[in-house]
Amino acid sequence: MKHIKTVETRNLCESAKKGGCGECQTSCQSACKTSCGIANQKCEKSDKEK
Amino acid sequence: MIHQYKSGGMNIVLDVCSGSVHAVDDVTYDMIAAYEDINNEASIKTKDTVFSELNVKYGTSKEELSEIYDEITELKDAGKLFVEDTYEDMAGELKARTSGVVKALCLHVAHTCNLNCSYCFASQGKFHGERALMSAEVGKRAMDFLVENSGTRHNLEVDFFGGEPLMNFDVVKEVVEYARSIEKQHNKNFRFTLTTNGVLIDDDVIEYANKEMSNVVLSLDGRKEVHDRFRVDYAGNGSWEKIVPKFQKLVKARGGKNYYMRGTFTHLNPDFLEDIKVMLDLGFRELSMEPVVCAKGDPMALTEEDLPIVYEQYEKLAELMLQKDKEGDPFTFYHYMIDLKGGPCIYKRISGCGSGTEYMAVTPWGDLFPCHQFVGDAAFKLGDIWNGVTAKDVQDDFASCNVYAREECKTCWARLYCAGGCAANAYHATGSVRGVYESGCKLFKKRLECAIMVEVARELR
Repeated sequence: MKHIKTVETRNLCESAKKGGCGECQTSCQSACKTSCGIANQKCEKSDKEK
Repeated sequence: MIHQYKSGGMNIVLDVCSGSVHAVDDVTYDMIAAYEDINNEASIKTKDTVFSELNVKYGTSKEELSEIYDEITELKDAGKLFVEDTYEDMAGELKARTSGVVKALCLHVAHTCNLNCSYCFASQGKFHGERALMSAEVGKRAMDFLVENSGTRHNLEVDFFGGEPLMNFDVVKEVVEYARSIEKQHNKNFRFTLTTNGVLIDDDVIEYANKEMSNVVLSLDGRKEVHDRFRVDYAGNGSWEKIVPKFQKLVKARGGKNYYMRGTFTHLNPDFLEDIKVMLDLGFRELSMEPVVCAKGDPMALTEEDLPIVYEQYEKLAELMLQKDKEGDPFTFYHYMIDLKGGPCIYKRISGCGSGTEYMAVTPWGDLFPCHQFVGDAAFKLGDIWNGVTAKDVQDDFASCNVYAREECKTCWARLYCAGGCAANAYHATGSVRGVYESGCKLFKKRLECAIMVEVARELR
């Protein structure tokens, strides 16, 4: 596209189909302990499994 | 729903529900802002009026405006712009599916501390109670409790927390040894974290932490004068000189394993970027700087007047990260670590933080609380590690926390990145775990904008 550059991102709608295994970290475990977010958490599934 | 903002010299458009991120030129940025109005019959704006406005503003030809309009429509049709939120019915599904599964414990091995930091939310490690050390027996039972309640979950996380956990280091070692002895037979993998103020770090601790701890969280506030203002011993002496060489030695020996230098900033140092720079000068590269959590009106609490300063610090921090990237000397900042390609699935994003359900804190006596920040508040006691959760009503309250449990969150563009925020902060600010900690939200949103900007800049360069 000429006017819009789209960054590669995980498709959240698609993740609704295969996600939800619950293997990921709890939100403020091992980290800040005071200001929770999940943006910086990793999915434990490999790219193939996603 | 979309969120548009300008940052780092770029025009960024986040499509909230698909997670798509776009960088666009100025005229496209304005066209996207008007696009939904154009297609809304109730709006007075039409394609012609918007095209005319943009033609006057940018001098863009009608043909090119049509091209831009078509590009936007193409992305909308591809599910990358203006995607509707269809997730509300799924909220709670993951929790329901994994109901009763505990996957992480915060082990309060020491309700005592060798520092006397006045801003400590744990009231110098005592959590508003008596000083106490966890026994090895309680610690081991906590590991059994975790294994017994973890279902099919493979990775189990345990934080050694306090107070100062190194004041009970022998028990830390015993608990780790015990956990390692049972993990294989139960097909589990323990990941340990140690959070420490550094005072008791020695070669033994360094060797042990680097062998057994997946992560270490090291408390350092940055500039010596900032750190020593609060982080003092009981005689009032600052701890900076004592701990910095120890942290440097530990990090050097860590061999690439995770760590965070974790600082706190308050009303007295909203210019916290200076503290980050000091951490960098000291050789640290994995950094975190957190806004203080304290009661409104506390002299240390961040004020409305501090917010513009803090916002600017976050922006400059993002610029510094990109500059350091270019210099070949990158560093990480906890809140800017955003994995756009492989971050959490939608279930995780709408399920809430997990406190009180999959994550609990264990006191030195073996009592269970929803998280470390509720320890010491008897109303939130969930049960204990021998009998499990008995206060089901308290747990239900936490289980019901999700993105759609708060009206304010339902329409917030950042909701799929904070998962509804911190229940403890919400409770302390509003009296309800399903309240909204507004000033925390403001800072979170600013950090998220910066984090996305950094990733976009990295991607497009």
